[in-house]
Amino acid sequence: MHTRQIEIECLRYDPERDEAPRWQSWQVPFSDDMSVLQGLQYIKDHLDGSLSFRWSCRMAICGSCGHMLNGEPRLSCQAFLRDYFPAKLRVEPLQHFPILRDLVVDQSAFLDKLASVKPWLIPKPNPAPADEAQRQTPRQMAKYYAYSQCINCLLCYAACPQVGLDSGFTGPAALALLHRYNADSRDAGWDQRREVLNAEQGVWGCTLVGYCSEVCPKGVDPAHAINQNKVNSTLDYFGLLRLMMPRGGDT
Amino acid sequence: MKRSHEPVFWALFGAGGMLSALLGPVLILVTGIAVPLGWLDPDTLSAVRLQAALAHPLARLGLLGLISLFMFHGCHRLLHSLHDLGLPRWRWAPWLFYGAALLATLAAAALLLSL
Amino acid sequence: MSAGRPAPRAYVRPMRGWWRRNPYFVRYMLREASALWLTAYALTLLWGLWRLSQGPAAYEAWRATLATPLAIGLHAVGLGFVAYHAWTWFRVMPKTLPPLPLPARAITAAGLAATGLLTLLVLAWLR
Repeated sequence: MHTRQIEIECLRYDPERDEAPRWQSWQVPFSDDMSVLQGLQYIKDHLDGSLSFRWSCRMAICGSCGHMLNGEPRLSCQAFLRDYFPAKLRVEPLQHFPILRDLVVDQSAFLDKLASVKPWLIPKPNPAPADEAQRQTPRQMAKYYAYSQCINCLLCYAACPQVGLDSGFTGPAALALLHRYNADSRDAGWDQRREVLNAEQGVWGCTLVGYCSEVCPKGVDPAHAINQNKVNSTLDYFGLLRLMMPRGGDT
Repeated sequence: MKRSHEPVFWALFGAGGMLSALLGPVLILVTGIAVPLGWLDPDTLSAVRLQAALAHPLARLGLLGLISLFMFHGCHRLLHSLHDLGLPRWRWAPWLFYGAALLATLAAAALLLSL
Repeated sequence: MSAGRPAPRAYVRPMRGWWRRNPYFVRYMLREASALWLTAYALTLLWGLWRLSQGPAAYEAWRATLATPLAIGLHAVGLGFVAYHAWTWFRVMPKTLPPLPLPARAITAAGLAATGLLTLLVLAWLR
């Protein structure tokens, strides 16, 4: 049986040897059911064991295998070699992150941003001991559900030019998670997240390019999360938000 | 983290954006193309008709609002475009851009009051 | 690794030319560029208002300038950009609103319909 071959070109970078990244190409035999991730694994297993890249679940739920595929941020396990053939496939590390080695990026700035939005349920002060579990209606859950689907894959950061232009910008996923918790009826943490939300590097760092929502593999729609909160931040600025949210919670 | 004063300008940007989305195209078409080319009667924008239309204070307020909000919308976006183009965040830049919008607003107000 | 202690020799790629690398970004920059034309139009109106305040002769001179091929050409380009602004404004508007029991497409369609209606109303009123 004849297998087709696709040219995969990867950006390589060895911090101990290279001044700057360089390209390297391989011919990779593939079948119609092979993902780009499998293509990279073929290179590592058979052609060049030094190629470094992150991966784990192979099924678009862990968020590890994000790369730029022909300039578009995608999960490598969710993209298929057959869709790029017969043209060459260029694989680069996620844009807007420093490159550690080959296709592996430094995510630490994102982890700091994630922590800064306090991504956990903050209970109302002095809660009475509960007789039963917290109740939430389907309608209440619908308000934050989409934003809870984030797998921290960072494709949205690779998509966002504002992250690239200002590495201090809190960014799409972190701000979407900020909104996820503010919008949860069980949460009373608006005040604790206010400073990050209202900052220049909070929602105001966003210019609604919208590409983040286009590339998100889980339909989180961070653009919506951030830009809804521009209205909230504006009301808050003029001291009007308290009038609309006396409980300090549910937005 | 530094609190942003964006909300003020964003609100003006939003109002100007909505107004220009709704009325911008037809106004440019009428004043810049249709009347000069004679597709609409040239008298439509004659000095006499315009003065008559602007006699009503609400009409003057409307034109003032139009010029002002178009300017605040445009200047806000242009300011942010500087950053998009990779230019530094000069401290004088907001003063220049919002200052221009404010000056245009004041000039329009003065002119409309004098008509 | 933490943001406070960046990894040694991690390579930071330059942002120069970022918007030319993806058609999505090109369209974004065109949208942003519409601001230049809208600002120019607002200043044109202000200029006309100023000439009007100087009397009928000055105002007619302004109208004559607007009737030159260059001025008409510039307005045609401006019309294109401001129309693109209107289009993208309503496409993006659902993202600035809280979730509504309407699909985003309906909000966009309503906005564009409003522009269309106002356009026809103004043209009809001026005929």
